[in-house]
Amino acid sequence: MAVASNENAMRTSRVTRVLIYVTLLVFSLFYLLPLGIMLINSLKPLSEITGGGMIALPQQWTIEPWLSAWSSAQIGVEPTGLRPYFMNSIAMAVPAVIISTVIGALNGYVLTKWHFRGATIVFGLLLFSCFIPFQIVLIPMARILGILEIAGTTYGLILVHVVYGIGFSTLYFRNYYAAFPTELVRAAQIDGAGFFQIFWRIMLPSSGPIIAVCCIWQFTNIWNDFLFGASFASGGAAPMTVALNNLVNSSTGVREYNVHFAGAIMAAAPTLLVYIVAGRYFVRGLMAGSVKG
Amino acid sequence: MAMTDSGTDFRTRMQNWLPKIVLAPSFAIMVIFVYGFIAFTIYLSFTGSRMLPTFDLVGWQNYERLFRVRQWDTAVVNLAIFASLYIVISTIIGLMLAIFLDQKIRGEGALRPIFLYPMALSFIVTGTAWKWMLDPAIGLEATFRMWGWESFTFDWIKDSDMAIYTIVIAAVWQSSGFVMAMFLAGLRGIDNEILKAAQMDGASNVQMYRRIILPQLRPAFLSAFVILSHLAIKSYDLVVAMTDGGPGTSTWMPAVFMYEYTFTRNQMGIGAASAVIMLMTVAAIMVPYLYAELREKK
Repeated sequence: MAVASNENAMRTSRVTRVLIYVTLLVFSLFYLLPLGIMLINSLKPLSEITGGGMIALPQQWTIEPWLSAWSSAQIGVEPTGLRPYFMNSIAMAVPAVIISTVIGALNGYVLTKWHFRGATIVFGLLLFSCFIPFQIVLIPMARILGILEIAGTTYGLILVHVVYGIGFSTLYFRNYYAAFPTELVRAAQIDGAGFFQIFWRIMLPSSGPIIAVCCIWQFTNIWNDFLFGASFASGGAAPMTVALNNLVNSSTGVREYNVHFAGAIMAAAPTLLVYIVAGRYFVRGLMAGSVKG
Repeated sequence: MAMTDSGTDFRTRMQNWLPKIVLAPSFAIMVIFVYGFIAFTIYLSFTGSRMLPTFDLVGWQNYERLFRVRQWDTAVVNLAIFASLYIVISTIIGLMLAIFLDQKIRGEGALRPIFLYPMALSFIVTGTAWKWMLDPAIGLEATFRMWGWESFTFDWIKDSDMAIYTIVIAAVWQSSGFVMAMFLAGLRGIDNEILKAAQMDGASNVQMYRRIILPQLRPAFLSAFVILSHLAIKSYDLVVAMTDGGPGTSTWMPAVFMYEYTFTRNQMGIGAASAVIMLMTVAAIMVPYLYAELREKK
């Protein structure tokens, strides 16, 4: 027990330690419970749920709810299942993530390595834009999308997510490049390297981690967005979150809880997968998102 | 700094302009899509816009009406209840878990991701899970009754006085792990030498936390407060997914109010006014924080 602690100078009694472990376990149950309940209930027939057995394991295992949620459940008026909306979300998120990350990288590079007057103000304006409540832009955005004739389409959503993603992606790259030795850039300049050459040959090769952080953050945010999707793309172009909400909150017909849970896990799967594969970068992104660069 | 002789040709001048050219589109986008739009919405909040934007100025009328509408009252009171409980409970749980995890816990590497994964989920997913778990017909209440506790009742989500608290539960579930991560990072940054010295002077664990550790976590407390209050003011998805504002309008929050008035009830002027109030509230919290953060780094 009494191993010299190098991580924490605190000494705790055995009773305290047991209490700590119990508390931590209780909380991990609390965090895991909703996911577990969704999973087991997505694999049982509806009658077992309405019979009051939400906590119990399925007596009769079935993947029927998953098939239904994916390809035949009623979303709005069409019995299409969630698949087309899942595809919408992918078609929306992938380009939006790539474009906003590229722009963010270039902005961060300019703001840290090519000082000019007003750079701080530009950055301040970009930074504040990360934190505005998007309600303030909904009305004019709807107008602009209408004028550009991309209202209600995936293109419209890509534009919206790029526009409001630039703030965060710039923030990430700026904070990362600020720590990158400027002497290297100056030396390359003296050797005659141009603006894009320096970016391509010197900055990008060492940007791996921040590209991962930025892509993961943007992907999580864009995939999980509901407000923009509900405002600008209802109907056939709706993203996954909007379709899931339509499925769960439709007031007609029998409530198929098992199908709802299967759909919810589908909507959660991509971001959960990213979290499991690259959790380290996800946490870094969250921390940097709280501005601690 | 630039070359002065034959170097001042087109290419060099181009190179000097390139950084600005590269930044220009983002700058233009910001000016139009963020600040222009904000200005537009502020302008609309002073017009008589109903279903579509119009440009007839009506003075402060929308704001006067906004503060007389009962639903706005509900929304503001709900936000106050939600935000204070959400911030306080998430901070307490987050801090507790961080302190516990910092006690050389075996399996920390497995526990941390479990505490934090809800943050990766959409509020719509979170809302769906909790909506049905707290639903009296099939969730917690039904389960306890089936286990034989016949009188067990937990129907807050159907009760217009209590429904807002079920949203607090789901929101705390989603974000408290994130608060834990912020505090844990803060705790790991504290110099152990100070703690050892204090211990040698006979300080108890509780004393060390109260006198030395917690004061050093001030920045983490501040970040947690700012991030959580910002999330609270913007919360929309979770309410829509869990209660859709109901029962009745009992769980409306400002974000729900804005959406409903603007797009469903065709009261765009009032909707714009509510958005402006939301922006002002966020700005009052974020601007001083960002300003301090930026200055610190210089």
